[in-house]
Amino acid sequence: MSVRVGVVVFPGSNCDTDTAWALTRAGAEPVELWHEDADLQGVAAVVLPGGFAYGDYLRAGAIARFSPVMRAVAGYAADGGLVLGICNGFQVLAEAGLLPGALLRNRSLRFVCRDVAIRAERTDTAFTHRVPAGGPLRMPVAHGEGCYYADAATLDALERDGQVLFRYVDEAASPAAAAGRANPNGSLRAIAGVINAAGNVAGLMPHPERAADALLGSADGMLVLQSLVESAGTSGGAVAG
Amino acid sequence: MNAEVTATRFRFAVNVLPKDGILDPQGRAVEQSLPHLRLSGIGGIRVGRRVELQVDAPDAAAARGIVDELARELLCNPLIEQYAIESLSAISAARSEAGG
Amino acid sequence: MTADLAQAVVPAPLHRALGLTDEELRAIEAKLGRVPNDLELAMFSVMWSEHCSYKSSRPLLRTLPTGGPDVVAGPGENAGVMRIGDGWAVAFKIESHNHPSAVEPYQGAATGVGGILRDIFAMGARPIAVLDALRFGDPADARTRHLVNGVVRGVGGYGNCVGVPTVGGELVFDASYQGNPLVNVMAIGLVREDAIMRAAAPGPGNLVILYGSATGRDGIGGASVLASATFGAQDPSKRPAVQVGDPFAEKLLIEATLEIVAAGLAEGLQDLGAAGITCGVSETADRAGTGIRVDLDAIPRREPGMAPFEVLISESQERMVVIARAEQLPAIAAICARWGIPCAVIGRVTDDGDIAVIEGGLAADGAPNPGAHELARIPARALASDAIVFEQLAAPPARRRGAPAPGVPETAADTLPEGGTDPGAVLLGLLGSPNLASRAWISEQYDRHVGTNTVGTAGGGAAVLRVKGTRRALVATTDGNEAVSALDPYLGAALSVAEAARNVSVTGARPLGVTNCLNFGDPTRPESFWQLREAVRGLGDACRALGLPVTGGNVSLYNEAPGSAIAPTPVIGIVGLLDDVSLLVGPAFVADGDIALLAGAAGPGLGGSAYASVAGLATEDDLPGLDLAAEAAVQAFVRDAIAARLVTAAQDVSGGGLAVALAEMAIWGGRGGHFRVSVPSAPAVALFGESPSRIALTVRPPDLPAVREMAGRHGVSFAELGVVGGPRLVVEMFGEGATGAAEGRGSSIADALEVTLADLRHAWDHGLPRALGEEG
Repeated sequence: MSVRVGVVVFPGSNCDTDTAWALTRAGAEPVELWHEDADLQGVAAVVLPGGFAYGDYLRAGAIARFSPVMRAVAGYAADGGLVLGICNGFQVLAEAGLLPGALLRNRSLRFVCRDVAIRAERTDTAFTHRVPAGGPLRMPVAHGEGCYYADAATLDALERDGQVLFRYVDEAASPAAAAGRANPNGSLRAIAGVINAAGNVAGLMPHPERAADALLGSADGMLVLQSLVESAGTSGGAVAG
Repeated sequence: MNAEVTATRFRFAVNVLPKDGILDPQGRAVEQSLPHLRLSGIGGIRVGRRVELQVDAPDAAAARGIVDELARELLCNPLIEQYAIESLSAISAARSEAGG
Repeated sequence: MTADLAQAVVPAPLHRALGLTDEELRAIEAKLGRVPNDLELAMFSVMWSEHCSYKSSRPLLRTLPTGGPDVVAGPGENAGVMRIGDGWAVAFKIESHNHPSAVEPYQGAATGVGGILRDIFAMGARPIAVLDALRFGDPADARTRHLVNGVVRGVGGYGNCVGVPTVGGELVFDASYQGNPLVNVMAIGLVREDAIMRAAAPGPGNLVILYGSATGRDGIGGASVLASATFGAQDPSKRPAVQVGDPFAEKLLIEATLEIVAAGLAEGLQDLGAAGITCGVSETADRAGTGIRVDLDAIPRREPGMAPFEVLISESQERMVVIARAEQLPAIAAICARWGIPCAVIGRVTDDGDIAVIEGGLAADGAPNPGAHELARIPARALASDAIVFEQLAAPPARRRGAPAPGVPETAADTLPEGGTDPGAVLLGLLGSPNLASRAWISEQYDRHVGTNTVGTAGGGAAVLRVKGTRRALVATTDGNEAVSALDPYLGAALSVAEAARNVSVTGARPLGVTNCLNFGDPTRPESFWQLREAVRGLGDACRALGLPVTGGNVSLYNEAPGSAIAPTPVIGIVGLLDDVSLLVGPAFVADGDIALLAGAAGPGLGGSAYASVAGLATEDDLPGLDLAAEAAVQAFVRDAIAARLVTAAQDVSGGGLAVALAEMAIWGGRGGHFRVSVPSAPAVALFGESPSRIALTVRPPDLPAVREMAGRHGVSFAELGVVGGPRLVVEMFGEGATGAAEGRGSSIADALEVTLADLRHAWDHGLPRALGEEG
């Protein structure tokens, strides 16, 4: 019996099919969660996929957070349900206040699509327990607004409280300087992904579903998705009320 | 010969909006999302951008002329956008001395 | 605005103001049997524009080969479709949006992407990839940089948001495009062979349903009129015509359309592009032999107070027309509502063959309401397939010697030095030149991966997209040789086809079919029409020789400003099929010790080459020859060798010649090689000549005898070049033309080419950003 993982579809989401395909490869049964629907259909985890929800108009994720499905996801997360936001999904979670910080326009002011190396800063979370400690993961990024920002006090708190989940790293395996090529968007503290204090909601800008098959160039993304699927299976997931 | 040049610092805002008749995808997307916020009575949304700046010039008319040129040349794409200049409060008069 | 008023002193007859000639007006009157009213005249003016009617090019296009056993839909449909096995078919087409991009580069490029995508999903196919072929003038010029930035942001802004990966294309700089940039966009889609939609309006009584964005004043006098007149230096009357694209709306349109098709609700499907609703209804009616009664009042408008002609010719984006049986309306409306898209019944299919425009509404049975007015009635055929055709005059140009490129190249380390004294420096100069350097600056602004079908090969050339659920992959490329076309349009077009097919074959894929975008000047100028005629002849001959049907395409004429016309530019898009994606071969050197080979015989001629352009040679009389049989043979050989798993890397020899091909293979593979090249006449020709029908490949040493034997069986000439490995690219030369004898003839190219991998990479990485002023 496969673990059922919800994939939210907003108007303009365009990585939902890819995410569903990758989740299938990770052993889950993907369930489409249409944005107008507040029924999470009893899934064991929710993924907000990449894309351009509502065209990214106004601000990326700004309009999406008011949809009925997001009100349900907020409740689900408050009850401890597992939620993962990828790229646009991360932006939506940040706009919705379910994750700290904001994603600003890339430092270069251009859309950037290339492979990056990221490191899991913690391997004891629901989203990273399958990731080997230390080793970089190769995944593509593809975004125009991926520069992670929070004020200095928040950043310090994130570091202190272990809420930095992924960091861009350079060839020396050090956190990638904001102006360096290994940091594709100028993110502060080279932050590529964060997790909430309770440890059940996470977001990252790189696309694990695009690194889910050697034919695509890397299968490192599967480690993140498999972690999610296993966590959802063992915890039983919080069932949507 | 001593000369005193008086320059005043003026503050302006340039509000840029899509031209009438041009498709405004952002405005439309925001309008269509309103039902989810349970707010009513809102329409005619158009999304643009606002640029605030300060200009040093001998007088308000000269300052506005400078801003107008900046707006036309850089801040606005006249093919698809229109702009309006908004005068904000002048800051202070500054005096600079030239010559011996 | 006052400058324009000074021009418009004498009011012109309406037809001339709309861009119709007196001859065209007479033809219209003959077809109608009466004088047309103003609305009808406006409808004819857009449908009979060059862009919509192909009036100057149609007689030429009829000479192209279009049939083949795997062709499911050919020219005349929204896109060409060919079967690929396992019940799947691939839809593909290329289109231009040149004039709008010159006026407003971001929106021109964006709406170009939107338009070609609609042609694909109008066939019922899900778009899976976009390729953009871009051509601009001098990269150091401020206006060029403005255009490049705008166009690239526009292609990316639209493609990325709509969720279709942009996986390839071209970027070419040539002075002839200074006033007329070219933006050609190709799109590819997948469709089940038994679910292909046609753009026809069958079944009198069926509903004509418009869905998508509301209709505004976008593009009034748009693509059609712009493409039928050359640019004046200050021509503001053309300027407000640019349309704005909304990729979010297009994404919704794609999903709604594919759901409508999957549910079997559509009898016919058409996207609205140039000439808007007028084109949509007249083409679909004409194809089915029916007519359409248009309910003007029912068309949803974005702006108040629109005149009938504005509504009918508006080029507002992101709109589709579906022809459906009346009982399917509720289901179609429900799908549109789910995706948040407006939808309205705007007409009925009739059996009288006419496009009739009614103001005052239609009753439930489709008849005009009592008191409704008929504003226009035109036979659909007259607007579409029976549009006027011109036999333009053709005359070859008087022969002129090409002038050498002016000026001395800069002395920075990786630019071309005077006289070509060091072949390594020449190579670095070529690799760092804007037409040959790495395209990463552009490609990193495009989402290349969305859809998770883009197969990663380290390397440029053709794009590879796997077909999920099968072992197959599609391979796609665009190529256009404007440098040779400027000197010999027949040869240039044929070379373009050969190179595009070769780029596909080197991956192991079999080229399937061709879509072409012909970018030329003013067809009423005999020299320019001669170029078009010769190019179509070359295109046809090459396609026939290589067994490639032309499944459709686009013609963009009038690409000129007073005194300067673009080089004739035939852009060829080819889609190929790789039956087993595990056979895919890329261009990167993969292993030290592999043996590099050159398949195909080198010919003389530097005409039209990058080397000739950068070195400032006048080469009008020195064009390479093309033996289409040899081209077919070398491509068949490399495909067979790849299928037999004998090839570890393959790269076609084209821009920059053999030296650049080897350098690229080294850069991609992160390893150099030690090679020897035979020089029959001159080192520059051997190293940098671009004679066609040659492929550089590498094989594992034990496989060499089998590969040699296979080449012999294909009748392909075959030379061992040397061994892969090491941190440098070394190319020694031998033979009659190598150094000693060459020095006697005045050449001063030294013995060997020797460059470190680091230097190759540096020149190649920085060439494009530096040329565009984007460094630092």
